[in-house]
Amino acid sequence: MSNKEIQELKELAKRVRMDIIEMTYRAQSGHQGGALSWVEIGLVLFFKVMNIKRENPFWEDRDRFILSKGHGCATLYSIWSLLGWIKREDLYLFRNVKGVLQGHPSRRRTPLAEASTGSLSQGVSISVGMALGLKLSKKTSRVWTIISDAELQEGQTWEAFMFAGNRDLNNLTFILDYNHLQIEGNVNEINDPEPIKDKAESFKLAVMEVDGHDIKALYDAFQWAKRQSKPQLIIAHTVKGKGISFMENDYKWHSSKITPEIYEKALKELAK
Amino acid sequence: MKRILIKELGDKIPMRKAYGDFLLEIGDDERVVVLDCDLGHSTNAARFAEKYPERYIEMGIQEQNMMGIAAGLAATGKIPFTSSFAVFSTGRPWEQVRLSIAYGNFNVKIVATHAGIATGEDGASHQICEDMAIMGAIPGMVILSPSDYYSAKSVLRAVYRYNGYVYVRLVRPTSPTIYKEEFEYDIGEAVLLKEGKDLSIIATGLPVHHALEASYDLEREGISVAVYDFISVKPFDEDAVMHAVDNSLGILIVEDHVMWGGLGMAISSFLARERISVPLEFINMGDNFGRSGSYKDLYKHYGFDKEGIKRKVLSMLEKVG
Repeated sequence: MSNKEIQELKELAKRVRMDIIEMTYRAQSGHQGGALSWVEIGLVLFFKVMNIKRENPFWEDRDRFILSKGHGCATLYSIWSLLGWIKREDLYLFRNVKGVLQGHPSRRRTPLAEASTGSLSQGVSISVGMALGLKLSKKTSRVWTIISDAELQEGQTWEAFMFAGNRDLNNLTFILDYNHLQIEGNVNEINDPEPIKDKAESFKLAVMEVDGHDIKALYDAFQWAKRQSKPQLIIAHTVKGKGISFMENDYKWHSSKITPEIYEKALKELAK
Repeated sequence: MKRILIKELGDKIPMRKAYGDFLLEIGDDERVVVLDCDLGHSTNAARFAEKYPERYIEMGIQEQNMMGIAAGLAATGKIPFTSSFAVFSTGRPWEQVRLSIAYGNFNVKIVATHAGIATGEDGASHQICEDMAIMGAIPGMVILSPSDYYSAKSVLRAVYRYNGYVYVRLVRPTSPTIYKEEFEYDIGEAVLLKEGKDLSIIATGLPVHHALEASYDLEREGISVAVYDFISVKPFDEDAVMHAVDNSLGILIVEDHVMWGGLGMAISSFLARERISVPLEFINMGDNFGRSGSYKDLYKHYGFDKEGIKRKVLSMLEKVG
């Protein structure tokens, strides 16, 4: 990945973060922190890694993307608009009865979403089913799934890991957006999922750790994933609220109302 | 409404055997994937494994994961059939059925055996009588409740042709056949099995053949009772309800299910909406859990068997008579 490409993605990351603020400000609701934390992960996947066709998002042999942590969907919608799959105006009607973009991804309302998610850990099983279906059909497409750290508290996540590990579904990559915060506070204090790496390895997943905001490191991690013989878990260390100083590492910004003052302040900071 | 008048019941064949037979019929279709949660020999799904091992997915005991995986498989063009007991196919993974399958709008077939108190000795933990209520509450969910081996097979064929998510409710006991191999079923239809002008019995599932037996006995006593088989519970056949209203003095609705959210409540609501006043009574589990016992003893205890249905018909006729 060239420096120029990295620089381009950094610029896009700023635009996505502005969109997140714009959308959740207009909606007067929505989840900022957990959207801001996976911006780089999403951009590297959609623009540099996943085998997709911009001119046909429903191309049969595409790689599949699942946002299991559905509440972080403002980022996904912004990326769709950057790819030209939806209009800017759609973004402005996020969470609005007049719009199509639901508060959590809905395959029913927006078929661009490969699945309906929002109830934590369900996307984990769905992506395992997709990986299995692709293998049964002898397809080479891969499945990329973003999960949250608090999703590791759900039993279903481990059911799905156990199954995926036992079936060597190496066409499946989980990316853990490890921002350490859930609604009520710190994941590691509330009900600690650690040791995550050891647990996942014992479930027969290949595990690697990466800085979730380092574009080059993410790109390399995704290339590593493609070479594995087991399903993979990439533990991406991230910052909740990344990019907006007063939102960073503050669990209140899991989901809060943005006032006009905060809106101005956040956009000003991003424009720098 | 179909009219297939049945004069006598046939040989006894377990309804769930139809599931295994059906799966072998469609097995050559590469899109078909069968998922099982450690109950393949009870549900009969395991017979598929012998011939198509690569498309038989043994999950172990992971019903929630199974529903999500089924949704994912459907997303890649497969036609997944999930197999387990009714309680573990509906109650345990309900939210996965709701979000991953139904809200995701995937073509998943949820086939369950061991519904209702007919499950027997295992007791109330395994006898789900709430399944139609909770599955029926999910927007777009189709609920099919066959009454014998042949209707089960025919329902499964219809489900395979249909593009959408479906819940098929089968039961554990071996029971007499009502239909024949050539019976063809279309989703939404009820079947008139016996005509009668005094009372109409609308039944679904295993109680249907008990209702037929009761109607034969009553016929000999000079009481004319119609029997309708409501194989499709959601959507149900409104024309068949109207047929019963127009051709008899009252309706008795029989189902191995609780009152709340079952066929009885659905039909009552339909009649109220249509401003139709008709004598209406029910045989169901009311607001109760079941208990351990043999299928026969339980059906006798709760009044789902021939004698129970006859008693109810006679008492109803006394009132409307």
